[in-house]
Amino acid sequence: MTFDFTEVAVRDVSRHYGRRRALARVSLACRSGEVLGLLGPNGAGKSTLLSILATTLVPSSGDVLYGSKTAREAGPSLRARLGFLSHDLHLYPELTARENLQFFAKLYGVAGVGDRVAAALERAGLAARSDDVVSGFSRGMRQRLALERALLHAPRLLLLDEPFTGLDDASVAALVSRLRELRAADRILVVVTHDLDVAERLLDKVAVLKDGRLVAFDDAHGRIREHYRAHVTEAT
Amino acid sequence: MPMFLKVAWLVMRKDLTVEVRSREILYTTVFFAVACVLVFAFALVKEGRPMDDAAAGIMWISVAFAGTLALGRTFERERHSETLRALMLAPVSRPAIYVGKLLGIVLLLLIVETVLVPLVGLLFHAPIGNRPLMLIALLVSGTIGFSAVGTLFAAMLVRARSRDVMLPILLYPITIPVIIAGVRGTAALFEAVPADELAQMWIALLLFFDIVFVTLSLWTFEPLMTE
Amino acid sequence: MNKGYSLFVLLAVVLFAFAPVLVAETPNEATMGLVQKIFYYHVPSAMVMFMAALICGLASAAYLFRTRPGADRIAAAAAELTVVFGLIVLVTGPLWARKAWGVWWQWDARLTSTLLMWMIFVAYLLVRRFGGPGAEKLSAAMAVFGMANVPFVYISVNIWRTVHPTTAVIPKLPGGMRGPFWFCVLSFTVLFGLLLALRTRLEQRRADLEHLYLLADEE
Repeated sequence: MTFDFTEVAVRDVSRHYGRRRALARVSLACRSGEVLGLLGPNGAGKSTLLSILATTLVPSSGDVLYGSKTAREAGPSLRARLGFLSHDLHLYPELTARENLQFFAKLYGVAGVGDRVAAALERAGLAARSDDVVSGFSRGMRQRLALERALLHAPRLLLLDEPFTGLDDASVAALVSRLRELRAADRILVVVTHDLDVAERLLDKVAVLKDGRLVAFDDAHGRIREHYRAHVTEAT
Repeated sequence: MPMFLKVAWLVMRKDLTVEVRSREILYTTVFFAVACVLVFAFALVKEGRPMDDAAAGIMWISVAFAGTLALGRTFERERHSETLRALMLAPVSRPAIYVGKLLGIVLLLLIVETVLVPLVGLLFHAPIGNRPLMLIALLVSGTIGFSAVGTLFAAMLVRARSRDVMLPILLYPITIPVIIAGVRGTAALFEAVPADELAQMWIALLLFFDIVFVTLSLWTFEPLMTE
Repeated sequence: MNKGYSLFVLLAVVLFAFAPVLVAETPNEATMGLVQKIFYYHVPSAMVMFMAALICGLASAAYLFRTRPGADRIAAAAAELTVVFGLIVLVTGPLWARKAWGVWWQWDARLTSTLLMWMIFVAYLLVRRFGGPGAEKLSAAMAVFGMANVPFVYISVNIWRTVHPTTAVIPKLPGGMRGPFWFCVLSFTVLFGLLLALRTRLEQRRADLEHLYLLADEE
């Protein structure tokens, strides 16, 4: 019985480290076919929230509902529906592109590993370099590979931590169109980004975090820059 | 159960592949162990004759020191690409990941020992061929015990501060029974007339240690790795 | 400090004021004379040390497997007390041993296990202090593994003949010694209970303070 869901709801989530509050009572929600953007200055808690969504961090209070279940209720099968593109990329530099994908495909119990991996390599435009070790790849190539790795098991919820940093315009365009494809395929995407241009092109909903607090949560509709200017770039 | 073993096997195979490509940890660990043996040799050999039981002690201490380094390096590698986090994200049983890592470390240390034991035999005139099977049993069970605790501690320290010095501080007190059993057992085997029963008793103790501490590690791995 | 603690403190003070008097009046042991009287402090300290270690181990297990922050506080307090009372044991022991056996230290099972256990809890405190955020779990693992380890150390060292007087000494104590001995045990236990309670409370206060900081931050 595979677990699936069509909505993710963050309910009153807080997270602190001793005296330091990383997130303060954040609530938001996102549905299939939507791209939610997490914006905010450095240290606002965006990555923390993303980690909580990925279940690698446990909130100090509050919870996250995937469909109708919390992470604890859903158990390990929840992780089969999550994909995470961290800006550490989670790739083994000593392994080849193909080996990296094969390892994760097998780990996630994906059916038809050979075909899936081949298709993913095609998608990433790395078919010619499949048997080269990843340490020799450029940032853009690694990013593409990492994205395909995150998608191998067809996750419902895809979390991306600053995926556009360090990419040239062509790569950014390619990534944006890939993400749009995924949105059309009814996935839920949550993207942390600093890049407002991209945000405007991609996001359906935007959440602005500052000092761990949610200061704005709205449909995008071209008002992203407004929100950002109002909350993030005010003189501090 | 089959899924568990499959995941452990996958993780181990991945670790081996990574190591085979660079061989960095293997070479440096072996060399460090050899250097240890030499340092001890100079410290403990008097007038050309090693002190009693020096061979056994030196061998196990070198394995312990080299093992600590290898553990540190292995997990530092994981930390670098945050790949440990990727493993924790996978929908697999977390203890299976631990077992996979453990097997990799044990294998690495056993390879180091195949270099070390003959070297010690050579330098200290130790009769390593006395009871080869029992010596192997001693080495394997001791290595598993040391690695079981070491893998758990090294994994849990990946996120901690001062992790380089913390690992030995935490690991050595806990693995002292392994060292005692290993050294005394090896010394028993190296005697002119090998003390078989005594060695067997030490092997039994080591096996018991292995069972207890692998079980304990399996239980505590998940709570320790989740924040 | 509220009334309950004051009572305890008073009790502890009274007990310890009286203890040396009792100890001084005990009959001198045949072979060792005055030095043997260290025993009245040494053994109860050892008992308390092991009690503290056990409490720390159990509380750590509860913290690791049931994530109760209260358990972690007790464990932290108990670990400190293990180290403190352990220090008393490890200092008074050699003082006695020098006179009784002629050596400061012997590598027998009991001594080695005690020393090792003490070191494990020192390591506990080091991890807690220098391990960075999340160090509570790491130290809890250390305590649990440490406790599991003690039988193995004891057995492995026990192969050699032990020089340390065995536990059987206590029932064989002549009447004059038994009373003061158990009085000292009581004194130390009361002191231990008091210190544990106070130290745990301090940890609780610290946690409350952090909580207040967080709330203030939220406003």
